Amino acid sequence: MSDKPALTLEQTPKIPKLFRLQWEEAQQAHVLLYPEGMVKLNGPAGEILKRVDGQKNIADIAKDLEQTFNEPDLKKDVLAFLEIAHERGWVRFN
Amino acid sequence: MSADGSVSTNSAVKPNGVGHPLWLLAEITYKCPLHCVFCYNPIDYATYGKELSTDEWLKVLKDARAIGAAQLGFSGGEPLMRDDLEIMVAEAHKMGYYINLITSGVGLSEKRIAALKEAGLDHIQLSFQDSTKEMNDFLSSTKTFELKNRVAKLIKQYDYPMVFNCVIHRLNVDHVGKILEMAETMGAEYVELANTQYYAWAHYNREHLLPSREQLVRAEAVTDEFRKKVGDKMRIFFVAPDFYETRPKKCMNGWGNLFIVITADGVVLPCHEARMLPGITFPNVRDGGDVKSIWYDSDAFNKYRGDGWMKEPCRTCPEKEKDLGGCRCQAFMLSGDATNADPVCDKSPHHQIVLDAVAKAQGPEKKVLAIKPLTFREDKNSRLITETEGSAAYRE
Ligand code: SF4
Ligand code: SF4
Repeated sequence: MSDKPALTLEQTPKIPKLFRLQWEEAQQAHVLLYPEGMVKLNGPAGEILKRVDGQKNIADIAKDLEQTFNEPDLKKDVLAFLEIAHERGWVRFN
Repeated sequence: MSADGSVSTNSAVKPNGVGHPLWLLAEITYKCPLHCVFCYNPIDYATYGKELSTDEWLKVLKDARAIGAAQLGFSGGEPLMRDDLEIMVAEAHKMGYYINLITSGVGLSEKRIAALKEAGLDHIQLSFQDSTKEMNDFLSSTKTFELKNRVAKLIKQYDYPMVFNCVIHRLNVDHVGKILEMAETMGAEYVELANTQYYAWAHYNREHLLPSREQLVRAEAVTDEFRKKVGDKMRIFFVAPDFYETRPKKCMNGWGNLFIVITADGVVLPCHEARMLPGITFPNVRDGGDVKSIWYDSDAFNKYRGDGWMKEPCRTCPEKEKDLGGCRCQAFMLSGDATNADPVCDKSPHHQIVLDAVAKAQGPEKKVLAIKPLTFREDKNSRLITETEGSAAYRE
């Protein structure tokens, strides 16, 4: 679907200013809010986007998650999710 | 750990099967400086009681937020007619709402937009409203265009995306090319050309407003051309009227499913048109019921939840999950019974009503089809129609 080139670990994602990530108590989930819409994120997706701050690159984000969740290698998962997120406009790369 | 990004907008379901009211529309006033012939406000709006006070609104916003409302739209009427809008936005922002303002731009001064930004307003949708005079003014670059253009500049200056919405109907659909050019001049980034939905004033005026098939085909072609020309700079959405479809839309994503409306006088509704439905008493937040019990427990909100209320052909229809039988209001307006299938559906025994309306709309654009004069939304007409026609004004 996407004609965007594949992402690399050195790229730094950021959440566009129209979007807001927040924890929703009622839904017990992270949601991404944008004009007249919202997506409810599953646990892993929320954990990844929480770490997207416009500073950390994809490798840093994966490392952070690996440490937090004590998992050996999450680079592939993070890349795969960010590809989708990018396609849908939830993250941007400069 | 799998991060497949599986998402949904309506899976926030509680154990008893009722979702959260994720989307709250606050129609904070029915005052409006404009008089749109397609206005979606109820025809009898001018007979309603007093508007909720600032404090009443703040309580309602807090209660709705507590049961999961996250998107908040301030609309009306013209929401800028209330001078406490800034206070409401500021408080709603602290509560964690994502806040949309749906405005005609009338009354949006630099002072107000600065205050709204400061208060935490997230998004503005500038609507192009009126059909005849305003449209002419707009197309001829006079007063109305100047106003919209000035407001568009402010919107960009205050770092909002420029989202432009124009209601399309028989009287302006031939100007779509020009409207898009104007939108481009104004620096619009998103443009929604949404055909009128035939409720309330638009239903009352439908014979004047329903475009012919030829008009629609032409307008869509013009829109496609324009899309190619401007590329990514402008995203354009064209929404055709459902009268030209054979399946209805899943109205509001289902009754009492994720959408909740609170009207200027405190009535709580599952959609902005539902108040016209007979035999349902919609609760008012002034009568002591809090938003939570209204959403989960009131008869009104449970009446058409799910599909238990359905009759044939919907009850045994394999597609019922897809559209939930369409719109209850449209079913009532066109067939006289809200539990019927939406007559837009070609399986509905009342589908002929839609076909007849469409047949009547064919032919030359200028042809005067209607027997009733075009009726503008204004207090005087609201009272007059309510007095003389009562609820029949909502019926076919
Ligand atoms: S549709 Fe027109 S008349 Fe109705 S509230 Fe909106 S701007 Fe006012
Ligand atoms: S019969 Fe009812 S449920 Fe089936 S497609 Fe038509 S409106 Fe939808």
